Parts: sequence; structure tokens; C-alpha cells
Amino acid sequence: MLDVGRHPNIALLAYSELEKLEGEAGNFTATVRRKARYVEEDKCTGCGACTQVCPTPVVDLYNEGHAQRKAIYSWFAQGIPSTHAIDPDHCRVLTGKKCGICQKKCEAGAINFDQKDTILKLDVGAVIVATGYDVFDPAKMPEYRYTLVDNVITAMEFERFLSASGPTGGHVYRPSDRKVKARISELEKKTKKSQKVLDRFEKNHGIKSDEFYTAYKAGNLNPGEDLAKDQDKWAKRYEAHLENARPLKTLKEKAKGFTSAKKLAFIQCVGSRDLRFYPFCSGFCCMHSIKEAIIAHEHDNDTHSVIFGMDIRAVGKGFEEYKIRGGNNSNISYKRSRVAEITKDADENPVLIYEDTKEQKVKRQRFDLVVLATACAPVKGTRKIADTLGIDVDPYGFFKTDSANPLDTSRNGIFVCGCAQNPMDIPESVAQASSAAARAAQTVMKKNNKKAS
Amino acid sequence: MNINNLTLYESPRIGVFVCDCGSNIAGHLDCPEVAEYAKTLPNVVYVKENLYTCSEAGIGEIKKAIKEQNLNRVVVASCSPRTHQPLFSSSCAEAGLNPYLFEMVNIRDQCSWVHMGERQNATQKAKDLIRMGVAKSAGLAPLQEIESSLIRRILVIGGGIAGLSAAQALADMNLDVILVEKTSGLGGLLRQVHRLDTGRSAKETLSTIIDDIRSRSNITCYTNAKVKETGGYIGNYDIKIETPDGVTKEKVGCIVVATGAVPFVPEGLYGYNGKNVISLMELEQKLKKDDLSAKRVVFIQCAGARTDEKEYCSRICCMLGVKNAMLIKEKYPLIDVRILYRDMQMYGTHKEQMLWDARGMGVRFDVYSPDNPPEVEDGKVRFFQVITGKTLSLDADLVVLSTPLVPRKDAGELANMLRVPTDQNGFFLEAHAKLRPLDFAADGIFVCGSGRYPATSTEARTQGIGVASRAAAILFKEKLVKSAIVARINPDSCVGCMACLSMCPYEAIAYNREKQICEVNEILCKGCGNCAATCPSHSAQLCGFKPDQLLAQIGAA
Repeated sequence: MLDVGRHPNIALLAYSELEKLEGEAGNFTATVRRKARYVEEDKCTGCGACTQVCPTPVVDLYNEGHAQRKAIYSWFAQGIPSTHAIDPDHCRVLTGKKCGICQKKCEAGAINFDQKDTILKLDVGAVIVATGYDVFDPAKMPEYRYTLVDNVITAMEFERFLSASGPTGGHVYRPSDRKVKARISELEKKTKKSQKVLDRFEKNHGIKSDEFYTAYKAGNLNPGEDLAKDQDKWAKRYEAHLENARPLKTLKEKAKGFTSAKKLAFIQCVGSRDLRFYPFCSGFCCMHSIKEAIIAHEHDNDTHSVIFGMDIRAVGKGFEEYKIRGGNNSNISYKRSRVAEITKDADENPVLIYEDTKEQKVKRQRFDLVVLATACAPVKGTRKIADTLGIDVDPYGFFKTDSANPLDTSRNGIFVCGCAQNPMDIPESVAQASSAAARAAQTVMKKNNKKAS
Repeated sequence: MNINNLTLYESPRIGVFVCDCGSNIAGHLDCPEVAEYAKTLPNVVYVKENLYTCSEAGIGEIKKAIKEQNLNRVVVASCSPRTHQPLFSSSCAEAGLNPYLFEMVNIRDQCSWVHMGERQNATQKAKDLIRMGVAKSAGLAPLQEIESSLIRRILVIGGGIAGLSAAQALADMNLDVILVEKTSGLGGLLRQVHRLDTGRSAKETLSTIIDDIRSRSNITCYTNAKVKETGGYIGNYDIKIETPDGVTKEKVGCIVVATGAVPFVPEGLYGYNGKNVISLMELEQKLKKDDLSAKRVVFIQCAGARTDEKEYCSRICCMLGVKNAMLIKEKYPLIDVRILYRDMQMYGTHKEQMLWDARGMGVRFDVYSPDNPPEVEDGKVRFFQVITGKTLSLDADLVVLSTPLVPRKDAGELANMLRVPTDQNGFFLEAHAKLRPLDFAADGIFVCGSGRYPATSTEARTQGIGVASRAAAILFKEKLVKSAIVARINPDSCVGCMACLSMCPYEAIAYNREKQICEVNEILCKGCGNCAATCPSHSAQLCGFKPDQLLAQIGAA
């Protein structure tokens, strides 16, 4: 990534969109909209001081919604370019409120709230489409209760959990437990505040709040003049305090039993090989699940994983060996089954209902955490990109190619590689990218040859 | 870069950059304390701790400090030099500092990661490592990169679909190609195939490509030929090719290995006899000749693959099995076709669609378990049907064994000649399984097609086109620039004992009879240091790792 950012022959236009493509192979004119970042690229050093002072928290989609970022942000720490951007939907200034703290803090003077989109016209000989894929939204599958059971997450969410720089620092904490912990810290904040008020009463009157309250309720309080004035207020404040303190105590008690997730289930083909959604195989998810299970086991040797799939498609160089190694060394077992349903028990543990095809029995099994291997879906906006470029889309929603010319789209001079063409893993994508580069270079050279002759 | 402009003998002004690597390092040792400590080390004039030194901001800090603090040595304490040394040293160069005045200390892979949970000890070790790195860096000397010329011609070994695609793509980029094919005709394994998965005839597909290859003036084809000898180095290889007309010498700049793989012959498996128990490739022949008399056909997948001896999955056999099952059903709908499998490897859109379609055509699929594999006997296939828990006996007048592709027997020989590695299965081993699938670790040599790992014809074609851009990216440069980390032999002290000669794995050292000393070919030298470690008179020394530099580093330990 950094190589691309530093390469003298590459102009990187991040946060930009293609609006129009005119001309023909060897001689295209591309119209590109550079969206306003509200941060000037040539000035921003990416130091991140703005992010620290920004008062507006926003759900962090890079961390799949399990963390928060600020309204001024960079997508992730090593992102290229490191230029920050302001999220116009959340920034206080851009939504018409008072703020501008980041502008004051920025030593480079890079913040510019008046920045507008700019339109660039580029002369290019060829176009490569590498728009990737979208993760299937499992909420569309009612039987897996993704939105109802906290401890059912997607493989991408789990990926963030496993990351040392992710929302859990690399520990596999369960979302339901994290919710409880978040509630605890919220209640702690509240009780700390209310405790301060109680402390003042206690200091003034020389008795503890609970003693006061018991006497007050029993009616055997003999208040002096000062206390008589305060007693109703104090009692009210104490009651309000208890409203938070009681659940806090219960939750804290509950949280004592929390450990990281040890029993993991991975469910394959969520949205893929499914005629309701995508009939195709997403190609990489089996290996992705095996990798995640191996890493989870590396992180915590007590982790046990079960991978549920119709076939385990470990189909790539060294993949079958990796799969076997996962089974032998990383407590992974593979079960041939398409899980029918997920419910939960009283402790927020997901319960899987599935047919064990080896024993021909329907079984229920409880897990700590379930990871859904979601399908590789054609990227949102594929149709729009296809219309802009004037290229065809295949019946599955990916950009159409022809197996004799596997990188060529339906229009001369436009090429496609990676998951924009077909679901595929990293080595396949990299090989395709090299091939698309060759095809593009050939197109440009053909044009130059014509010019010379 | 002019080496003479460099302030070589100025007193060292060292800048140390300590990287948190997010929480990868800072989570397990005390980075601020380590940075504070680095300030106390001799010659260190500037220290900075970064969240990610490799980020654009981190790199900016290094460049800024080189200019503002007038640094003449830079030490980054972070992750692995394997991944990040090129980035940091070239960043130094961009700021005007000779890149060889950069030193990297690994406090992640070799410290924070391996000493998790021992914060104090890890912090101390990081300090020790940085002290050693700083000591070495003080003695570093600027070096100049080595340049050489390039020959814009490529040798492609293998005339299958991958090699043909590579040759076509290279020729399209105005590069000269020499294509060497061992057999008498071009086309490789695909010549034995009836139809492709797309339904197109393999023969027609091939002949379109081969006709195009034959018509190109910048592709020279040698059939019935073999590469006999290779010498030289990236940009300047000397090749000897054995042809029916004698040995031809050629000079090329890059080499593409596209030698493919061969179908495994299932001798001794499932009663294989080549008659009513045949291999997939034999079925292709039958279909080609339209010579199929069977009424009931059973395919057995993973025949000879995914076993203890051959652990790997051969990627393409499921697709081939389904493709042929469909071809049979298309032509003879009344033939009963069953496929016994372990996992149907029909990845992606098109192959999974084939699986749906095959079921629609009436091909029946059954899972078998490797613990209880099918048995073939007298026109019957007995197998344990996992999903019903029953053992079935199927009548089968034709059993097709879906066998894997295996590496060529002579792949190892070629690998030795080119000095490139093969994997545990005997396939060629690329430089990086994920990020460099088409490169060998050796510069200027590339791999594509089933010689690397079984590939479909579309995949092999894609890879063939892909290596073309990998090779072109080198050959389009005006000249080749190579790292200055090479060995040098001091001609005044060398006694010509030739101990280094046998130690050099790259044949980069030659004996000069006239002067009676050994000499290093700097372009061939990969900087491994074997000669330097062997030389009894310390005449052979490795630039960037000279004895005084290493001893300073050890001394600080």
C-alpha cells in the first residue's frame, strides 16, 4: 500500500469517484470527482492532533461498528494517503453547529470547512476496474438471528476482534459481555456523580446515606433544623442513586464470570450457495474461517472451534495442508452440515440447531460465539459503475469477462481484476492484477505504436 | 547518487525512531521508556516515538528529522527488516541520506511478540537491541548501488496455455520472446482435453492462440527442444538450448517457467485397468473419439489426492469431473452418472453454477468418507453413503478416477538449473504465497500455470498474461539497479586460497589466474556473507556487515 503511495508513476486519487468516461481504448478522457475532505491534502501531515480534540464520536465502520472514531478521522492508522477527512454528516461545523476545535488545533492549517468537490479531467489509455466486493448482510437471513443474538457476528467483525489494534485489543470478548461492560461504565459514571452529591450531605450531617435513608423511611429520624431542610432532597437523591447503583452491583457481579469466548462456531455459506441470495460459492470463506480459528487458538490455547460447512473448499496452494494442520494443532473440527437455525439461551449463548450428517441426527449445540462466513457480494453500485464505463455485468452481478480473455470487459481498453470479476482469494487477485496491468500496458503501447508509425 | 558527496567521516549524528506498531509493540513493552533510554546512547541526537513509523506521517517524521536535525545515521526500532527495510532506507534516500546509513532493529517479532506478558524484561531487551543497533549504525559507511544493462528478450520455458499466453502478452508489449517446448507441438496438457468448462472445444481455443503465436515475428519457437544450461543473472542470462538441429545459444533478460504438470496415473488404485476403470484424461480421449458405450458411469473424486502421501488438493479435478459428467449427460441423457466425492471444490460463480446445472441434468452426487473409501470390484462400486449410514453397491460399467495433477519428474532438475526452489509436493515455490504468486525469490525468474500449482485453463492463461507484466516491469527500465550489500575481496590481502569459491551458492566468485586472487561478480552476488565468514585472511567482507560494524554491535550487547 505504501509502495503505491510512494511510487513516482502513480497518482493516488483517494476519496474520488469516476463520473464519466469518453473516448476509446488508448484515448479515454475520464471525469473524476474529487470529493471535499474539508482537509487540504497538501498541508495535512496526518499527525492526528485533530482527531484527539474532536468532540464528536461516530460509529467506526472500519471496526465494523464495534468502536468509535471521531468526525475528523482517517479510515485506519496505516491508510494511504494519511490525509484526514471530515465526515460531513457528523461534523458539528458542517451540520451547522458551533465548534471548529480541530481548525484551532491544526498546526498545519489544513482544515478548510469551505472546501468544495472538484472535477478532474484525465487523459488515460486504459481503465482497470478493481472495485472489490461487499460483505453480504446476514440480517437478511431470519434463521440466523444476526440482529437478535449479540454473540452472532460476521467473519469481518471477528477479524477486527482478532486484530491487536482492533476494538478488543486482539482478545475475543463476546459482544454481549462488552455490552454489559459498557453499561457498567456508563452506570459507574452516573453513580460517581450522584455519590458526590450524597457525600456532601453525609459531610454536612455526619451520617451515612444508607443509615439516614433507613431511619427516614422508618420515620424514626430526629432531624435538627439543618437536616429537616435537607431530608426530602437527600432521600430523593439517594433513591435516584440507588436506581443506578443497584443494577450496577448486579451487573458487576455478573461481569465477574466473563471470560473470552472459548467455544467458537463458524458457519459457512452464509448468503452464498443459497438460491435465495447468491447461488455462487464465494471461494475464500472456508480458508478465512480456518485462518480465524487458527489465530483465535494461537491467541488462547483453550479455544475450540467447529467449522460447519457443506464442503470445506480448501482449494489453493497449501490450503488443504493448512486445513489439516488446523484440525491437528488448533482444536478445529470440521462438520459437514448446513446449520438450520440459531437461537440463544438465557446466558446469551448462541445455540445451533443442525443435522449431523455423519450420525443422521438433528442436534442442538451451545457455543460462546458464532462467526458467520458471509458471502462475497457484488459491490453496491456495480450497475452504476458499469453504466458509467459502458461495460456489461454478468448474471451474478459481477463485471462480465470472457474465459478466453479473462481480464477483458465487454468494452475495449477496460479491464477488470479481483473480486469485482469473480469471488477469489488474495493470490488469485494479485495474479489477476498483474495480468490486468499487462493488458492495460498493451493497450497503451498499441496506441503509442500507432502514433509513431 | 554520488558517493563522494556524502559526509562519510563526519562524526555520527544518529536519529532513533521507536515504533509502537499500534499495540503490537507498545502493548507489551514500555515504548516511552525505551525512547527516553535511546536519548542517552552515544552519538544519538534525536529520538522520536511513533504510533506507526511506517505510516505516511511516520515516514514524514524521519525525513523531516534528517533535514532539520542534520542526521547522518537513522535507526528505526520496529518490525521485520524483511518487510520494512526497503521502505525506511528508501525514505532516507528521499531525504538525501545514503540509504546504507540506515539500520533497523526488530523489537516486534524478536521482542514484544515473543515476550508477551513480560513487560519489564521485554522493555530491557528492546533497550539492549537498540543499543546494539545504534553501535553498529555509528560505524556504517555509505555505499553505492550497482548498475547493469538489460537484454529486452525473454525465455519462456513450456508451450502450454500458460507459456503461450505469456509469450503472446510479452510480444504484445514489443518484447522479443524465445519459447522452448519439450514436445513436438504447442498446447501442453490442453491438447488431451475434449472441451473446456465453457463448452468451447479445447482444440479450437488452442489453435487460435497457436496460430497467433506462429504469426508473430518477435516470438521464436523451439519445439522438441530443451533448456540445457543457464548462466548469468537478471537482465543478462546466457542460455543454451538443445534443439533437433543442435545447440543454440541465446541471451535473455528474464526467464518464465511455464512447464505445467502431468496427470497422475492411478496404478493400483480402485482396480485401475485403463479399460472399465479409467482416469479422467482417458475419459477425455473417449469423449473426443465419441467412444462411450457404458450405461452407468461412476466418478470417484480425489483418486490419489488428499492422501497421506499427496496431501494437497489438486484444485481442478472436481471441475473436470463435473464438466465431463455434464458432457456425458448432454449427449447421452440415459446414461446414469454418479459422482462420489469428499468435498466438491466448485469455487466461484461459474463452477458453482456448473454444480447446480449438473444436478439439474440428473448427475447424482454422493459424499464418501476417506476413512471408508469406495471399493471397485467386477463392475460394481461399493461405498458407504455417509448421509444415510448405509453401504450401497452400484452397478458401474465405467469407473472414472478423478486423479490429481502432479509435478513433472524433471521439475527438480530445472529448479536446480535455475536455482529456484520447489515445495514439499515438488511444485515450483513462488516468492510469497499471497503477495507474489508469480515471482520466484530469485530476481528475473517467474512462474505461471500448473507448474506452480494446478490451475484451470482460464487461470493458467491469466497467470501467463500476469507474468508478462512482471517481466516487462523489469525490462522496460533503462538499466538495472541492484543493492550495494555485496561482498568485496581485498586484492592486496587475498592469498587465492579459493575457500570462498566453494562456499558461494550463487557462483559469484571466480579465481583470477593472472593475479592469483579471488574476485566477486557484484551482480551475481546476493550478499549472503558465506565468503566473508569463510575467508581465513578477512579479505572477503560483506558491505554493510563489515567486521568492525558487527563487532561494534556485539560489543554493545
